[in-house]
Amino acid sequence: MRPVAVLGIGQTAVGEHWERSLRDLATQAGLAAMRDAGLEHVQAVFVGNMLSGLLTRQENLGALVADWLGQLPAEAFKIEAACASGAAAFRVAHMAVSSGEVDVALAVGVEKMTDTTSGETTAALATASDADYELVHGVTFVGLNALVMRRYLHEFGWKHTDFAPFSINAHANGARNPNARLQEPISERDYTRARMVCDPINLLDASPIGDGAAAAVLVPAERVYDRPRARVLVAGSASATDTLAVHDRKDPLFLSAAYHSARKAYAQAGLEPAQIDFFELHDAFSIMSALSLEACGFAERGQGPRLGLEGRIRLQQALPISTQGGLKARGHPVGATGMYQLVEVVQQLRGEAGPNQLERARVGMAQNIGGSGAMIATHILRVA
Amino acid sequence: MDIPRNWRLRTQRYALVGEECDHCHSKIFPPRDICPDCGQEAKAHFAFSGKGEVYSFTVVHDPPTGYEDQAPYAIALVKLEEGPIVTAQLTDVDSAQVAIGMPVEMVTRKLRAEGDEGLIHYGYKFRPTLARA
Amino acid sequence: MRPTRAVGLVGYGAYVPRLRLPAKEVARVWSEGAALLPIREKSVPGLDEDVITMSIEATRNALARAQIPVEEIGALWVGSESHPYAVKPTSTVVAEAIGAVPYLLAADWEFACKAGSEALQAAIGMVGAGMMRYAIAVGMDTAQARPGDALEYTAGAGGAAFIVGPQEEALAEIEASLSFVTDTPDFWRRPGAKYPQHGQRFTGEPAYFRHVTTAGRELMQALGRTPADYRFAVLHQPNTKFPQRAAELLGFSPEQTRAGLLVPEIGNTYAGAALIGLTAILDEAEAGDRVLLISFGSGAGSDAFSLQVTPLLAERRTAAPRTRDYIARRKEIDYGVYVRTRGKLSM
Repeated sequence: MRPVAVLGIGQTAVGEHWERSLRDLATQAGLAAMRDAGLEHVQAVFVGNMLSGLLTRQENLGALVADWLGQLPAEAFKIEAACASGAAAFRVAHMAVSSGEVDVALAVGVEKMTDTTSGETTAALATASDADYELVHGVTFVGLNALVMRRYLHEFGWKHTDFAPFSINAHANGARNPNARLQEPISERDYTRARMVCDPINLLDASPIGDGAAAAVLVPAERVYDRPRARVLVAGSASATDTLAVHDRKDPLFLSAAYHSARKAYAQAGLEPAQIDFFELHDAFSIMSALSLEACGFAERGQGPRLGLEGRIRLQQALPISTQGGLKARGHPVGATGMYQLVEVVQQLRGEAGPNQLERARVGMAQNIGGSGAMIATHILRVA
Repeated sequence: MDIPRNWRLRTQRYALVGEECDHCHSKIFPPRDICPDCGQEAKAHFAFSGKGEVYSFTVVHDPPTGYEDQAPYAIALVKLEEGPIVTAQLTDVDSAQVAIGMPVEMVTRKLRAEGDEGLIHYGYKFRPTLARA
Repeated sequence: MRPTRAVGLVGYGAYVPRLRLPAKEVARVWSEGAALLPIREKSVPGLDEDVITMSIEATRNALARAQIPVEEIGALWVGSESHPYAVKPTSTVVAEAIGAVPYLLAADWEFACKAGSEALQAAIGMVGAGMMRYAIAVGMDTAQARPGDALEYTAGAGGAAFIVGPQEEALAEIEASLSFVTDTPDFWRRPGAKYPQHGQRFTGEPAYFRHVTTAGRELMQALGRTPADYRFAVLHQPNTKFPQRAAELLGFSPEQTRAGLLVPEIGNTYAGAALIGLTAILDEAEAGDRVLLISFGSGAGSDAFSLQVTPLLAERRTAAPRTRDYIARRKEIDYGVYVRTRGKLSM
């Protein structure tokens, strides 16, 4: 097992890319990462994606992306873990390089969601849940998160508006990220007046879908030591599972897979939560932000919203989150999101985060949640 | 047309029939071959009473394809009196009257029809426990 | 008619859905409020209900009272004029839901409003002949009426399930029954037609009254009984006036028909109508009480049954919700919600 580094990154903007197809987006991000790495060839391509089969009627994405990137006959295949597909692809790339089997791996997360009607897209997203025991009852993905949020408010006594800081922070940062889907700041008033989507989740609790792709080139750590600009090491890489259905969780208000994968990543990195400088968490819904902070040891159970209310999640504060807008404002092209989080961590560590640059960015954490918490991948990256 | 898939699940769906673990006596729904609590084999059928309470709920106004004619509808996590929590729609109730802790009972209702000419799928939903004089 | 072995009802159960459409709402939309109201309100099935789901609940209620092993049910038959499928029986789904499959008879019955009582006649025969220990007969409907038609005021939803078994286990013994059937076209629906048609006043004397009173009179005569021998009488109830008048013609008092007359509160439940009147009676009858039940189905025919309550009824009655518990559970809707709920909107 050898340490791994990120040599190059690339991303497309997140948006409704009417003119660009699934393969166009993957190619764009993949080429950008390879150019950033100064490479023309990779040995393996790992494609993270959730919905290509249902929404584009296209599988076999590994071959497609390798083909379009001109990387044949590199080994390549699709990796799927619902909305954690992106980080799962990075995890597999990490395993390939760390094990010594592959010397240059490209991890690409890509999603194309805007070619289909909202009913079709909603139905496709729901396949992240349990088809036979959740989906069949007409439950939507938003609905599942609403069930969790309502129970959370009931058990811990928070008001809905106590979640506003998560959205406000994400939007403030997204407004300064040219790649973000949503680039307008919001106020507390906007949050309280936002239309109800699925009680208690309103429009500003929920992240926007979109099209996009992000990619990274992974190499053995010794390859980055001669590049002072880009010494980003993978200090921890782990993933874990929990029950597929929310109703089967031992504690529906605890992200057990986040806890397990984070614990492993902390152990690999030799770090405590207090040593993490910033956290690209999976804020698909504001309730997930609170639960992620709790499961990863940044807040006591039931106290996640406090970090938001006390302003500690803002840039330059104790634990900045969603520094480039998070899922909430940068957007959530589901299978690609995990790669966006990792690319943003690398940007911060390199000092390339632009107006959202953190002063203290030596250790960053990214966590990608698949479904309602069933598969979670956690990575810790640091400057060498 | 999801014929075999729905047909396979009919016993559990129509009557909330799950399993009891032979080893630790946990009640399991839906049936699965390995007990989630003790990891041993679980095979014995167990018919749940259908009684439970609302653990959480919400109302779906933007349904997925295939459920448009039912919207809006309430969905809930229902904690069965024997232990497991299940996801299901609530029925025979105004959304405004649903509350966490409300006692409910299982009823067998239409889950979904495949249009006017396709199959009708039946399964469990929950309603406020019927008041009896 | 009497079978070779004595039989009775070992279980009974009712079901009425929750929604109610006041007759004055129909009058408001179709007659600017001027029409005379034949009943107060009718029950309306919810979006997720049909004859299958309603029959499952009524049958579960009957089983709760009967306390029998489901493997010994030899037949389960549902009679309705609104089966969810034209081909694929309601009865198999109900049998599956209660765990009675696979060794049993299961088929759907149709004879307009007497489909359920026809199934009951057959159940008596199968159990009485010793071919099976128990047989279940259900009468249940969610029948539709043409918007604006007189029948729209009364076409309700609901019904009942009965388990026939050996007399020694009965909550009410079935002493005898009789059927009276002719080809009389008072009310019908062709396949593919959404709504039925009817012969207006022809539905009265030549149809309802002739069959109900003949069946009732002939059965009482065959048994050597008079109306005074019966504490309760329940007749098919398409509206309030018909059963009241037919009861009077047969010599029954309003007090004898009071308990079973549910139509003012839930409407005409078609194949369930006379049968759910019987469940309401069984909810309050005492040991020794005799009950006369006369159904009517358009097309046309009547089944008449003479029953006598046993001491077991009082013990088992509380094992399931009473008919009145379902009637008391109500949520009033307006004509617009009714039209959406009943699928009358053309999309």
